[in-house]
Formats: sequence, structure tokens, C-alpha cells
Amino acid sequence: MIEAVLAGAVRGGSSILFAALGETVSERAGVINLSTEGSMLTGALAAYVVAVETGNAWLGALAGAAAGATLAALHGAMVVWRGANQLATGIVVLFLALGVTALLGRDYVGVGVEGFDRWAVPGLSDIPFVGTILFNQDPLTYLALIAAPLVWLLLYRTRPGLFVRAAGERGEVLFAAGHSPRLVRFGAVTFGGLLAGIGGAQLSTALALNWSENMVAGRGFVAVALVIFAGWNPLGALVGALFFGGVESLQLQLQAQGVSVPADLLNALPYLATLTVLVVLSRKRLHAAPEGLARVFEISR
Amino acid sequence: MTPTERTAFTPMRVIRTLAALTAALTLAVAAAGCGDDETSGSTDTGAAASGEKTKVGFIYVGPKDDFGYNQAAFEGSEAAAAELGNIELLQAESVPEDAGVERVMERMISQGAKVLFPTSYGYLKYAEAVAAKHPDVVVVHQGGLESKPGAPNFGTYFGTVYEPVYLAGIAAGKATKTNKLGYIVAFPIPQTLANVNAFELGAKSVNPKATTTVVFTASWCDPGKQAQAATALISQKVDVLTQHQDCTKTIIETAERAGVSSVGYHYDASSLAPKGWLTGSEWNWGPMYTDIITTALEGKFEGSPYDGDYRVGLQTGDNPFVQSPFGPGVDDATKAEIETAKAKLADTGIFTGPLKDQSGKEVVPAGKTLTYDEVEQMNFLVEGVVGNIPK
Repeated sequence: MIEAVLAGAVRGGSSILFAALGETVSERAGVINLSTEGSMLTGALAAYVVAVETGNAWLGALAGAAAGATLAALHGAMVVWRGANQLATGIVVLFLALGVTALLGRDYVGVGVEGFDRWAVPGLSDIPFVGTILFNQDPLTYLALIAAPLVWLLLYRTRPGLFVRAAGERGEVLFAAGHSPRLVRFGAVTFGGLLAGIGGAQLSTALALNWSENMVAGRGFVAVALVIFAGWNPLGALVGALFFGGVESLQLQLQAQGVSVPADLLNALPYLATLTVLVVLSRKRLHAAPEGLARVFEISR
Repeated sequence: MTPTERTAFTPMRVIRTLAALTAALTLAVAAAGCGDDETSGSTDTGAAASGEKTKVGFIYVGPKDDFGYNQAAFEGSEAAAAELGNIELLQAESVPEDAGVERVMERMISQGAKVLFPTSYGYLKYAEAVAAKHPDVVVVHQGGLESKPGAPNFGTYFGTVYEPVYLAGIAAGKATKTNKLGYIVAFPIPQTLANVNAFELGAKSVNPKATTTVVFTASWCDPGKQAQAATALISQKVDVLTQHQDCTKTIIETAERAGVSSVGYHYDASSLAPKGWLTGSEWNWGPMYTDIITTALEGKFEGSPYDGDYRVGLQTGDNPFVQSPFGPGVDDATKAEIETAKAKLADTGIFTGPLKDQSGKEVVPAGKTLTYDEVEQMNFLVEGVVGNIPK
């Protein structure tokens, strides 16, 4: 049973992990993207449509990445170049995505799709316990698990990562060094949307094999909350996403075994955990927040 | 720059926030406006083309092509119009369950609608308000219960969803090898509980060892969660899956990929599961809509069965909730048993005592059968159902 719960945690957490990694990069550069949910939705739809039309789930995932990136670029353009309020813009862009995907997705409700199959990693999947949990998943889930350390390396061990963090902490310094903080921020937001788009693709073409209106159902917001929970650290996001996925997996598994569970309480548990983290550790955690988060970069300042 | 400057409400910041909010509002209003244009646009062209036809309005809470509840109602309206010939349909889809639906109904009436079908549960009080204001228009609500005393031009109607579910339970009880069936339910409400109970009773009638494990997802349509719930049930050796959800494809697909059988709900999904599909339940509203419209237009609505809370099932007539076609896994002997059971249902009903709940307590005494009204208040799970009603 523990095996089934943990395997479910990985499978269900992977879309959230993609989105949380994307939001981490975005916020590290100083931009909050509340439309992460929107990028997941556009990614989920684009991936589904392309997978249905071409019969190739990988092309679908690429389309999902592109669609998520496009929506995030819209958000980026508004807040970075036009200096619009980040929170308000994020909400507006999200509602735009909700409406547009509901409209464009109508013809694909209930349509059959090839989608991603589970692919057992030869050799590794035979390891007892760990094999079932980690090495008998869909390809996009493997990608999510690999992406977490890669994003960490990107942020902390590469030059572009340094630029991203500099743009989020002190854009002025980056500017004084002859780089454009705006360009870096715009790039980071777009990259974040790209990852969220792949997360949406995992949801529609690997996990659910289905498209329906508003199918992301709040996972994008979970990802945004998780970034704070994780202290703006990609590896923390990995832990957090597995935790969120695990709670859902656990309560469904318990129900499937006929155990009485307070499902409503368990559904609220991840949010309660985030709130607790915010309250108990808020000072310490908030030190981890990029200093320039949500601040518009102005050269005149 | 000091931290206080960063967080202060500078004039520029306030202006930007206001500008952003205005943009948001404008977008929202524009979006709403577009929606309105669409509805009236399509009906206008209809009116221009048809001249003297009688107008009948249908209002749906979701898109008319959702492969579920709304599509079934939409197809029923088209079937009725095709049957009656001289009817012009006014259609409004994706109308939220708030005061907005009252405006949609008023507009349909001003366009000349004589009969209105608000088809979603949450439209009830708005539908009653509109009926009270327009005594010359017949308003019939799908699935609700009229407040008493009801208006003479208002009524409600519905089928008995659990009858075909019971019959599908027979197919499931025959098909299972592990004797474990799984039911993925959105919320614990009387209608879903009645379905779960009917499914288990149907299965048990042919296979006394069959149990039904119920999982609640707390959402009408969250495909990600449905997939997880289905996988969890399959990991517990469940080999027939069914559901009470608004979007149904994920569970059918997940079952088919895992090589277990599935029973559909709301629409015929047999094409998605060529191997595992057993049967299912779906709406066929056309005949009932046709009869309601005919009754209303002949001026005979007041005092007719539809002027009140009309519920129909095998015991009283033709149930608009019918069985989907069988899949390859159902053999002829099982089909014959289902036919026999159907005839018996018309006679004795499903929830006939002695019936025990999960704790073994007798909830329906011997010799008693729950009426359609009593089933609509069901709050227990019968013996043989595994799982609990969330408190």
C-alpha cells in the first residue's frame, strides 16, 4: 500500500513540480506569475490538441511548452516592459486563459488520444519498492524529476542563473554591470511558463488522458504556494510537490481500502501546511525571498 | 531606496493598479458582452429564417457538447424539435446558476418563447420567479422540487437514474473475477448514494460475493484526481470501474489501459474502451421533452402530471434514463438476466426490504419499497458497499 501511495504521489505531483520549478525561476528573477495556473491550462490544451491531431504525444508536449511560454510571455511583457501590477496582471491573464481554453477546447472534449504510456526503465524498475515508485512512470514524470536538480544547477551554478538571481535581488547591480534586468526577467517568466506548460501536458496527455474545461483545478495555485513553502529553492519544490501529490494519493488510496478518512480535511492539508510554514517560519523564510520580488525595475531609480 | 519607499502607495503605483484593474474589468465586460452577442446572434438568424414557428427556450449550465448531462439535454431538445416540426429552439449554453439565468429567461420570453426548459439544478428559484411573473409561459425545471403550493404554469421533471445503474450492476457482478467493483463518485448526495446502492444491489443479485468500493473525489470534474482514484482502486484488485462524475472519459481510459472493465455514465463511451466496456446509462430526453411541449402548447399543462414534481421510472412509465449498448464482455445469458430483472423492476422496484445498511441496521423493512420521493432523500450505503460517507 505504501508503494502505491508513493507511486501515486510521484505521478500526481509531477505536473505541480513542473509548475513550481517554473514559478521558482520566475520569482527568483523578481516576477510573481499568478497565471501559472493559466500556463498549465494552455499547456494542457495545446498538448492534447497536438497529440490528438498528430498522434504524437512528444509533439504535444512541445506544443504545451510553447503555449505555456506564450501565455507567460504575455504576462512578462505587461509587467516587465509596461510596468503593470504583477498580481492584477497575473489574475487577468489567468482568466483570459480560462476563457480562451474553454472556447478553443470544445471540439476536443471526450476525443480519444494516444497520450504517453507508462515506460518502465529497464533494470531499474525491477528494484523492489523503489522501482515501482520511481521507475515505472510516464516519460514526462521522469523529466520532472530530472528537471528539479537541473533547475537548481541552472540557478546556482551557471551565469544565466546568476543573472536571474541578480535581477530578482538587485536589478540595479545587473544594470550597472551592463546587462538588461528587464530582458532577464522577461526570459525567466517565459521560461517559467514553458515549464508550467509541460506540467499541463503531463496532466492532460499522461495522467488523465483527457481534456476538459478548467481541468488544472487549482494545481497552478498550489505550485505558487509551494514556491514559498520551498523557500524559493528548486529542490525544496521537489519535496513540496511530492508532499502535495502524496496527500492526494494517500486519501484516495485510503478510501479505496475502505478506510474512513476525513477527505475534506486531507484536501485542505497542503494549504494548511503552507499556512503553518508561513506563520511559523515567516521571518526566516521571507529572508529567502528575492529582495526585488514584485518590484518593477525602473532605470530612473 | 529604502524599504518603506518600496511598499508605499506612490501615486504612480496607485494609478498602475487602478489601470490594471480597469483593464481587467474591461476585459471581463467585453467577454460577457461577446457571450451575449453569441446567444442573441444565433437566435436572431434563426428567427429570420423561420417566421411563424412556436418558440421554445432551453438553458444549459455547461457547453452543449460536453459528452454528458448538457449534451444529452441539448440533443433531447433537437429531437423534440425534429419530432414536432413547427418549433423554433432558443438555445443558451454555459449560463451560470445565478440571477443571470433570470435575464436569459426574460429575454427568451421577450423573443416570444412559450415554453422554457431551464435544465440545471441550481436554476430552480430563478425559474420559479420567472414563472410567477409570466403566467402565460410554461416553465419546467429539470431535476428540482417545486416549492408548495406551486404555480399552475410551473413544474419539474426527472427520470430515475438508478434503475439502469442497477441493471449495469448485474453486468458488473457477472463480469468481475475478483468480486470487487469500484465506484468513483463526486460528492455524497442522495442521487449519487442511490446510484452506488443500486449498483451494488444489482451486482449482488447475481453474485452474492460482489462488493462495491466507493471513492469520493469532492469534485464534479477533476480528471487528474479521477485518474489517481481509478489507479488506487485498481491497485486494490478492483476489476470493474464505474463512476458518477460530470466528465467521464478519464476513468474509462484508465480502466481500459489497465485491462479492467468499465461501466459508463451519461454517455456511450464504448468507442473509448473496445475491450473493457460492459454497458452504461445515458439520457434519452427527446420523447419526454416532446410530450411536455405538446401538453403545454395544447393548453393542457395545468393539472397535467408535469404541473408538479414529475418523476418517471420503470414502475410508472418510460424512463428517460436508458441503458447504453453492451460491450463484448457481456454474454447472452447475462443480457437475458438483465431483461428479466428489468421486467421485475417495473413490478417491485429496487429498494425493497428487507434492506440493511453497512452497519447491518435494517433501513427498509420487509415488504416495503422506497418510493421515488423517498429515494431522493437517501442518506445511507447498503451492506456490501465498502467505504464511508464523508461526514
